Amino acid sequence: MSRIQESVIIRTVVRIMVPFIELFALYVIMHGSSGPGGGFQGGVIFGAAIILYAMIYGIAEGKKKMSDALDKILASTGLTIYAGTGLLCLFFGGMFLQYGAVPLLPDNPAKVAALLIDLVEIGIGTTVAAVMISLFFDVSPPESEEGELPGYEGVD
Amino acid sequence: MAGFEIITNNLPVFAVVVPLIAGFLTPIVGWIDRRLPWYWVMLAMFVVLLITLSNLVTVINSGTIHYKLGGWDPPFGIEYVIDLLNGFVCLIIAFIGFMVSIYSVESVKKEVPGKTTQFYSVFLLLITGLMGMTITGDIFNFYVFLEISSLTAYALIAMGDRGDGVVASFNYLIMGTVAASFILLGIGYLYAVTGTLNMADMQNLLPSIYESKVVLAALAFFMAGFSIKVGLFPLHAWLPDAYTHAPSTASALIAGLMTKVGVYAMIRFMFCVFTPAFVIDVNMTEILTWAAALAIIVGSVLAIAQSDIKRMLAYSSISQIGYILLGFGLVNVIGITGGLLHIMNHALMKCALFLVAGAVFYKTDIRNIYQFQGLGKKMPVTTTVFLIAALSMIGVPGTVGFTSKWYLALGSIVADQWIFVAVILVSSLLNIVYFWRIFDNIWFGHPHEIENIKRDEAPLTMLIPMVILAILCVYFGFFSGYPIEHIFEPLAKTLLGLGGVP
Repeated sequence: MSRIQESVIIRTVVRIMVPFIELFALYVIMHGSSGPGGGFQGGVIFGAAIILYAMIYGIAEGKKKMSDALDKILASTGLTIYAGTGLLCLFFGGMFLQYGAVPLLPDNPAKVAALLIDLVEIGIGTTVAAVMISLFFDVSPPESEEGELPGYEGVD
Repeated sequence: MAGFEIITNNLPVFAVVVPLIAGFLTPIVGWIDRRLPWYWVMLAMFVVLLITLSNLVTVINSGTIHYKLGGWDPPFGIEYVIDLLNGFVCLIIAFIGFMVSIYSVESVKKEVPGKTTQFYSVFLLLITGLMGMTITGDIFNFYVFLEISSLTAYALIAMGDRGDGVVASFNYLIMGTVAASFILLGIGYLYAVTGTLNMADMQNLLPSIYESKVVLAALAFFMAGFSIKVGLFPLHAWLPDAYTHAPSTASALIAGLMTKVGVYAMIRFMFCVFTPAFVIDVNMTEILTWAAALAIIVGSVLAIAQSDIKRMLAYSSISQIGYILLGFGLVNVIGITGGLLHIMNHALMKCALFLVAGAVFYKTDIRNIYQFQGLGKKMPVTTTVFLIAALSMIGVPGTVGFTSKWYLALGSIVADQWIFVAVILVSSLLNIVYFWRIFDNIWFGHPHEIENIKRDEAPLTMLIPMVILAILCVYFGFFSGYPIEHIFEPLAKTLLGLGGVP
């Protein structure tokens, strides 16, 4: 169990902020088809929330929330959702990513396209968030015995 | 049958999507069982090979394939175009990729322990990038795939020799990024003056504004960028280190494919975005020919000075890229046929040679060619493959190297440039010098040292792809009639005559 080094104010603020950052990330992802934003930006924001948490509470705590295995699986499934949407269009006789071809709402293909673009954005967002987090964990220094960053002992 | 039609109608996009999905599923496959990714990659590459083969057959039988992504019409949407040129380059990518994937299992286990899953994942993404670069008909989409292939190549190289691999990869990253920036600037300039990103559309729009300096600057940016990417002589500095320090499997893949696809892109931009007449008019082909001639000689001379086999092969690559570009710089049908032929031949030979270097390193941990004594007795099959591929590199009749050098020399004569005939001859002699040192060490060591050496051959998974490549080197040396008649000559005529994406 890690010894927490940051002050109680920072810890509390981060604990309150993380859910809101994540919520905002989801908003940005879902907003992608009709306005500024999208899967990439939303994914980065989502990843940033977890990274912020891991920075304040320590890498070990962060990995408890987002284990390496989960990271890998999310990175893979995100892209599979994206490519799967493209393949779904093929399945209904369209071209790759020709959303209108999917007969979800036969009288409104534009609506179908908007929905499927959202699905694609979710896929991209998942992958980007997972990759952001794994990048952060990959470049962070290895944990010392107490689960602390080495060299932090002398810091207030 | 409906299901079958879905597949056949969408084969062009599957060539890119299959390795992409497979690449991203590799971590999950590796998470289930650490031994599975190898089988997974082989399966994916085999599927890609079948797809590209089918695409090429379709192109030969019924002409160019156009595929509209998302159903958007070409000038607005992204279009995938497969003609003879990229059909055959795709087939080479898939074939070499498949061979290297069979070979990889033992080598990767030894050279990148604990990272096999990541290695295979990046391997497939590299194939995705190369496939996409080759297959796309949209220059910005091309740039995106260029970045995918470059980033994955940096990652693969960084997995190599501890320390050195990272430095080599970083050098390549800097150079590659400069190159990519040049190419992006060129794309930006062309987009600014034409307002389109589609290659065929652009070729129709450009002739009316050829006197514009912007177009000229764009051409210059493209040529500079691609010259770095293919490692043309004065801009080759990143290449030897990158090839030397990458894991053996990655070296074979990158040496066999990366520069070939770079050359393909150069040709595509020279002849299919701009017109041959314009490129000749601004003397670009002449500059290219002389740079290529210089690369041929300097690459060979530098190769003689090396004692590390992989570094020697890397310098030899620089000289071989010179051959390919020489053929295209000559801009006559025979020269271009020779250049196209050499793309295929060099991919086969160089891949085989790097695979041999990897197999020797796997068994003996030796890369210095002066320690190769007695290897002929220890690893007879591997060294025979090396012999065939090296002879082919030299251009001995009966191997693929001879056919393409023959065409290149003929092309130089037709273009009335006798000096390039001399360059090709001198370089072949230099090739003999640097390969002979290795033959000498492999088969003619001190007898008392050789007596004690026991036969200790590389594993079967390594031997099969090497032997197949060696057999193909000889096969296409004797029977290159069919590909030349049905692919390379019509292609050369199209590139020069009509010049467009047909």
